[in-house]
Amino acid sequence: MSSEHFKYPVFGQVDYFKYNNVASQLASHTPSPSHSQELGAKKRTVDPIVTGTSVIAIKYNGGVVMGADTLLSYGSLARFNNIERMKKFGKSTIIGAGGEYSDFQNLSQVLDDLVVDDGCTDDGTTLSTTEIWNYIARVMYNRRNKGDPYWNSLVVIGHDNNKSFLGKVDLVGTCYQDNFIASGYGSHIALPLLRKAYKEDMTLDEAKTLIQDCLRVLFYRDARSSRFIQLSIANADGLVITEQIALDTDKWDSGDSAKKKKNQDGRKKKNNYRNDSTQVILEYGHNVV
Amino acid sequence: MENLNRGGFTFDLCKRNDLIEKTGLKMKGFLKTGTTIVGVVYKDGVVLGADTRATEGPIVADKNCEKIHYIADNIYCCGAGTAADTENTTNLISSKLKLHQLATGKQPRVITALTMLKQMLFKYQGHVSAALILGGVDVIGGVVTPSLFTIHPHGSTDQLPYVTMGSGSLAAMAIFEAFYKKDMTKLEAMTLVADAIKSGIFNDLGSGSNVDVTVISQEGVEIHRGYEKPNERKYRSNPYNFKKGTAPVLSTSTLEPLGSRIIIEDVTMEG
Amino acid sequence: MMMDDLKLTALPEKEVPISHHRFEPYVDNGGTVLAVAGSNYCIVAGDTRMSDGGYGIQTRHYTKVFKLTDKCVIATSGMQADTIALRKRLDTQLRQYERDHGKSMSTPAIAQFLSNTLYHKRFFPFYTFNLVAGVDEDGIGCVWTYDAVGSHERVRFSSQGSGNQLIQPLLDNQVGKFNQQIVDGPRELSAEQALSLVKDAITSAGERDIYTGDFADIVTIDQKGVHFEKFDLKLD
Repeated sequence: MSSEHFKYPVFGQVDYFKYNNVASQLASHTPSPSHSQELGAKKRTVDPIVTGTSVIAIKYNGGVVMGADTLLSYGSLARFNNIERMKKFGKSTIIGAGGEYSDFQNLSQVLDDLVVDDGCTDDGTTLSTTEIWNYIARVMYNRRNKGDPYWNSLVVIGHDNNKSFLGKVDLVGTCYQDNFIASGYGSHIALPLLRKAYKEDMTLDEAKTLIQDCLRVLFYRDARSSRFIQLSIANADGLVITEQIALDTDKWDSGDSAKKKKNQDGRKKKNNYRNDSTQVILEYGHNVV
Repeated sequence: MENLNRGGFTFDLCKRNDLIEKTGLKMKGFLKTGTTIVGVVYKDGVVLGADTRATEGPIVADKNCEKIHYIADNIYCCGAGTAADTENTTNLISSKLKLHQLATGKQPRVITALTMLKQMLFKYQGHVSAALILGGVDVIGGVVTPSLFTIHPHGSTDQLPYVTMGSGSLAAMAIFEAFYKKDMTKLEAMTLVADAIKSGIFNDLGSGSNVDVTVISQEGVEIHRGYEKPNERKYRSNPYNFKKGTAPVLSTSTLEPLGSRIIIEDVTMEG
Repeated sequence: MMMDDLKLTALPEKEVPISHHRFEPYVDNGGTVLAVAGSNYCIVAGDTRMSDGGYGIQTRHYTKVFKLTDKCVIATSGMQADTIALRKRLDTQLRQYERDHGKSMSTPAIAQFLSNTLYHKRFFPFYTFNLVAGVDEDGIGCVWTYDAVGSHERVRFSSQGSGNQLIQPLLDNQVGKFNQQIVDGPRELSAEQALSLVKDAITSAGERDIYTGDFADIVTIDQKGVHFEKFDLKLD
């Protein structure tokens, strides 16, 4: 890292937030109280610790549906199995969060204060979902400017004035709206499925099924996900966050050994080939079901 | 000591490259096939699929390249990673397998190709960046066995009924996990493979252009180059024409026609 | 005396694991924008793909061209979050100017103002690559091209973003007519010709640049105002 030569600041490679200073000063272990601020005593999310995974959401004819599992991971440990990652704000907004959960709790407090303050003005208006989404985007962007981000990606849904809203904000302040959104691992696995299956004017039931199908596939392939999920719905009737739903995963049997021995007449022959541990597990799965 | 290393494998050049890179010199980037490749086992064979985009960083280097390589008449192999590595590994194993076939007088088996590929890749400790999907059928004593494997650059392999690899592997796998079923017909399998590849093409920036499909069964091999072409250019303006004389003439020189320097004469043959 | 004993001491000597994964404040969301100016028009194009900085597409419908006044747009590629922040700054300042002066800011003035805004953040720059395009007070088409920290230049045509290196030579040749002894027809393109060229250019960038695609906004600016048009690109 250190160089004898003078280093010109190279655009895009500057240590804007003095991470290297903090690290080197920590390493030289000469702390003095007056400098404790620079010495890492200042708290910021440099690494997410307790994390939630994907959130996915789609617009349907008359509202928006969002889904997320209820797992919080501690690194590779499945730490908390029944935590809601979606939360209501005001009368028309639900936010689903992935990433560092404590950051989301902190942000929730900020937003709750915002909603209460808005209520206290007593001017007969309430914060719309668009306004809340815009506010979050500014908060997230300002935190990234300080080098102290809220380590989350947030999916915002809502329904007010007969209009559905679906938007997303991430830890650097990137924000956009779309008809379907997936965050975290979902952007790799669920988004392709949503792009394929989405059509305008879906019914609520179709939308719920699509979300659950996506979360099931995510459970198959995302090692930080869980089978237990919640759905939330925003429409003209208001906001709903469902109880925990256990996804059925009886499609486990779709994994079969690739080796199939057949007689020429097409009858299956017992497969004696080695490397068939998969099949054993799958048969075990069948027994359980 | 030196004698002890004889016959073994050395990575001196890799260490050298690491060292050079630390001094600030950047290695030239290679042509990568940031790819979607897939394979599925169906009722009586294997279907392999691939997109046709090759990239060099953010630039599309080849819009219609071939990623399904020939190994033997009953075995084909999809390749992702550095284009040169996938091409050369599959070629090398293909030729070694042909020699093996000539020596034994028997149709090569998929497991043989698999073993040769994984042994080669393991020997190179991941420095040969080829991520492969190997598929084929063995017909042994009238018994038909389709088989499908993935081979990672470090030499590990696994055997599954549906597999994906490359940068679009997650997008393609999402389709498989949602729609795969056992004992599909050929058409069902081909449609599923094409859907998985398209998922990679449309959702992964490293993949694009067309869908190639190869079907291997006891009946033989069907190669569908350009099975689907969902990405034709949508707009083209008037052709760009330049009037003669647009480029300035800096100097002229006249060359004598070659004919003037050749003398043609008949020579009579002697005796 | 007791307090001395109780005083907190530094943590015992120990290897502090330095986090390899430090927070990266910049993301490149990709995308291409270009603009061509004529004597009485200006045509701007920008694709609508927003990538996640890697191999993923976040949305296919993110508009990179933003209307500032009836005679001026800003087209921005680079980091989307910075783009939004920059737009908000410009927009509020321009509204304020309009209230203060009873007229909107002229396009050349906006061009200088953007440069100042960018240079203001010289040591923590907006990771944005901008074009300011429109018509000036006399209705003459104009384009300004910028780097991330505010260096700018008035030009007749320019492109910015991930497809810049593919498009700029085409514009140099077809609009600039550089290094051509005889030029077929008039040296300046008609609005129709420019429109056709701009569409072809962004289509071609979509063919070869992985970060450009999905759709394009084609924006025409003249004395009548700003006109947006949607245009299809490839989705792969």
